[in-house]
Amino acid sequence: MQAQAPGPAFDFGAALKDAGLVAGVVVLLTIALVGVRVQDISSGPAVVFRFDDVVAAAVLAFLGRLGIGLLRARRPLPVLVAALAFALGLSAILVHDVVAGGADGADLAHRLLPFASAVVNWTIALTAWVLSARAAWLLWYASESALDAEAREARMDRLSARVQDWARLVGPLLLGVAVMLPFLPGIDRRLLDIAILVVTYIMLGWGLNIVVGLAGLLDLGYVAFYAVGAYSYALLALYFDLGFWTCLPLAGIMAAFAGMLLGFPVLRLRGDYLAIVTLGFGEIVRIILLNWYTFTNGPDGVSGIPRPTFFGLPFTANPAEGEASFHSFFGLAYSSVDRIVFLYYLILGLALITNLFTLRIRKLPVGRAWEALREDEIACRSLGVHPRNTKLTAFSIGAMFGGFGGSFFATRQGFISPESFTFLESAIILAIVVLGGMGSQIGIVFAAILLIGLPEVFRDLNQYRMLAFGLAMVTIMVWRPRGLLAHREPTVRMPERPPPAGEAPQETRA
Amino acid sequence: MGYFLQQLINGLTLGMIYGLIAIGYTMVYGIIGMINFAHGEIFMIGAFISIITFLTLGLVGVGWVPLALLIVLVATMLLTSVYGWALERVAYRPLRHSPRLAALITAIGMSIFLQNYVQLLQGARNKPLQPVITGGARFLEGGAFAVSFSYLQMLIIVLTIALMAGFTLLINRTALGRAQRACQQDLGMAALIGIDVDRTISLTFVMGASLAAVAGLMFLLNYGVIDFYIGFLAGVKAFTAAVLGGIGSVPGAMLGGLLIGLIEAFWSAYFSVEYKDVAAFAILVLVLIFRPTGLLGKPDVEKV
Repeated sequence: MQAQAPGPAFDFGAALKDAGLVAGVVVLLTIALVGVRVQDISSGPAVVFRFDDVVAAAVLAFLGRLGIGLLRARRPLPVLVAALAFALGLSAILVHDVVAGGADGADLAHRLLPFASAVVNWTIALTAWVLSARAAWLLWYASESALDAEAREARMDRLSARVQDWARLVGPLLLGVAVMLPFLPGIDRRLLDIAILVVTYIMLGWGLNIVVGLAGLLDLGYVAFYAVGAYSYALLALYFDLGFWTCLPLAGIMAAFAGMLLGFPVLRLRGDYLAIVTLGFGEIVRIILLNWYTFTNGPDGVSGIPRPTFFGLPFTANPAEGEASFHSFFGLAYSSVDRIVFLYYLILGLALITNLFTLRIRKLPVGRAWEALREDEIACRSLGVHPRNTKLTAFSIGAMFGGFGGSFFATRQGFISPESFTFLESAIILAIVVLGGMGSQIGIVFAAILLIGLPEVFRDLNQYRMLAFGLAMVTIMVWRPRGLLAHREPTVRMPERPPPAGEAPQETRA
Repeated sequence: MGYFLQQLINGLTLGMIYGLIAIGYTMVYGIIGMINFAHGEIFMIGAFISIITFLTLGLVGVGWVPLALLIVLVATMLLTSVYGWALERVAYRPLRHSPRLAALITAIGMSIFLQNYVQLLQGARNKPLQPVITGGARFLEGGAFAVSFSYLQMLIIVLTIALMAGFTLLINRTALGRAQRACQQDLGMAALIGIDVDRTISLTFVMGASLAAVAGLMFLLNYGVIDFYIGFLAGVKAFTAAVLGGIGSVPGAMLGGLLIGLIEAFWSAYFSVEYKDVAAFAILVLVLIFRPTGLLGKPDVEKV
């Protein structure tokens, strides 16, 4: 790739060939799965041909690839003209469709649209806009040579280092916003629900970060501990009639115990084996929950899980005779949002405890040992750190926070079933940790907002949500393989200059 | 005795399918040291392309079963291997020199993407297919339990053995196989002696995907119904099989697949159907504890 040199010799034939190749691959990819659809009708499945979609996809891939090839060769002008014209035209038709009520489909303009689905069309229009913006940028800064991958990486590293510096400032600011959130204008119940969800994932991300980020153990079954926590609370409440505040620590202890039980035999395995075993464990927990009908109620789940109380005051409209509820005790008017606000503060508190715990334990010997183990296990072993026991502490502490999160989940939902604890949840939590930049606490916050908050806001695009989620995971990782805010500060630094002779040397353990 | 024999046949058939998927995992892991988490999805896509080709052929009017099967087999292998190739090119190649966790996350992302892609295009409902190959041999008719060994099961076993033989030849005898083994030992060194590493890795994905496509076709024929979610469990079990047999070892993958298939069949037959997946994972954990490199794996020397 000779993109560095401004304006290298441009081989139009080669670019055409390349674009043709891409179009050919797209045809092969789409001809069966896109071009033929298996339809369910009563007489058994039959097929419907949609080869126009295949053609559209191939043409678009050809043009897009050609455009990218031209941009790489510093020929932005034709790309700008073509992409802009295409983007404008497509957007105009789409906007017209929205204004005209969309679905008539009879007029000519509508038939020009490449695909039947509006979301896909909008995505293509957006891509065209991005392409033309990129072309315009190149045209404007024609003299500036392109950054190669390393320079870009270095620039992003500097940026994330700066963000980490800001974190001291941004952290309290975010915290302030988070604390004030229920009282900000424009926050309704729906947004508050989303906020609760996001904070739940932030907490789980912070919990898993202890295992993955600090101790470097790849855990693909974190949701198992989440499930243990949730079911501990639900079943304790069901069988022993215990309240939320009694069960919260118990759920944490049980999850930590489950972590120890699993970790003890498997933690001496190397990274990838550990990943597959934890994945298997997650599935085992789910299968047991699903099939142990007499105890967990199987696929029907546990319902009627008690809601949390405010120091014993329930959030009910009409409390039982002789008992006070939250609103009557404080002399407020009953509002159903009260409970949501309380749940929000509950999870925020739990998340902050997790964060504080992580920040503090990094400074303790055991936290140092985790990070040292992550970096070099052999060196640690020769220095007398017991690898398995040290990992076990990280594993079970991470599990404990998962358990806390789980019992919060149970009390928020009021109903749990094994459906909620699939591998996808583990994958999402792990993605939050890794995308944020491993070990970066603030990165996890951003990643959770990005991965959980955004798709929730766009819930209307329901069926495309997970598709976009998967695509976002891939794109972010390819763009920034070490995570969005990956900038690893050593926890302990050697002093830069030797201390003056009179003073005692500063203690530096790593 | 008859019952036992029947489960043996069923388990072998299932194990062949797992084994074919496991080869894809083990080869990719051997060469670039990553868990190709989306490989299960490639298997699922293979199954979908098979059903689509079958139904299209039915529409066109290709009625002669051997010909239809042959066309479906070739088409599925070809089209699915393009998915394998594109997967590596788009999602894994840019990350080859990145931390391993990054590649794993992309793989998981790709797996989520492909699942939803198929679900969006083909719908979430089960896709049934009329039995294509019927009939079979029955023996021990006089005993308490008549054993049936269907032609389909015979076909699956024979086809897998043929593929395995061809594949072993390819790895051991051809230039491509030599290049693959060289890459497996040391990517940098292989590049230095003039092996096109990118091409070798691409071809590894293509081969893994085409074997997974055959497994998808067999799954479709064997069970007669597929949905967009079959890739996850089959993929996890196949990876388990690869680890069980010793990851990086192709015969190990096949052996691991057979063992997982047999364990599953016997466990469902004699203990409980619900917990058959638990059995497979539990055995994996036991093997890893007592023999961390798997059954046929070479011990991994830790270098400082």
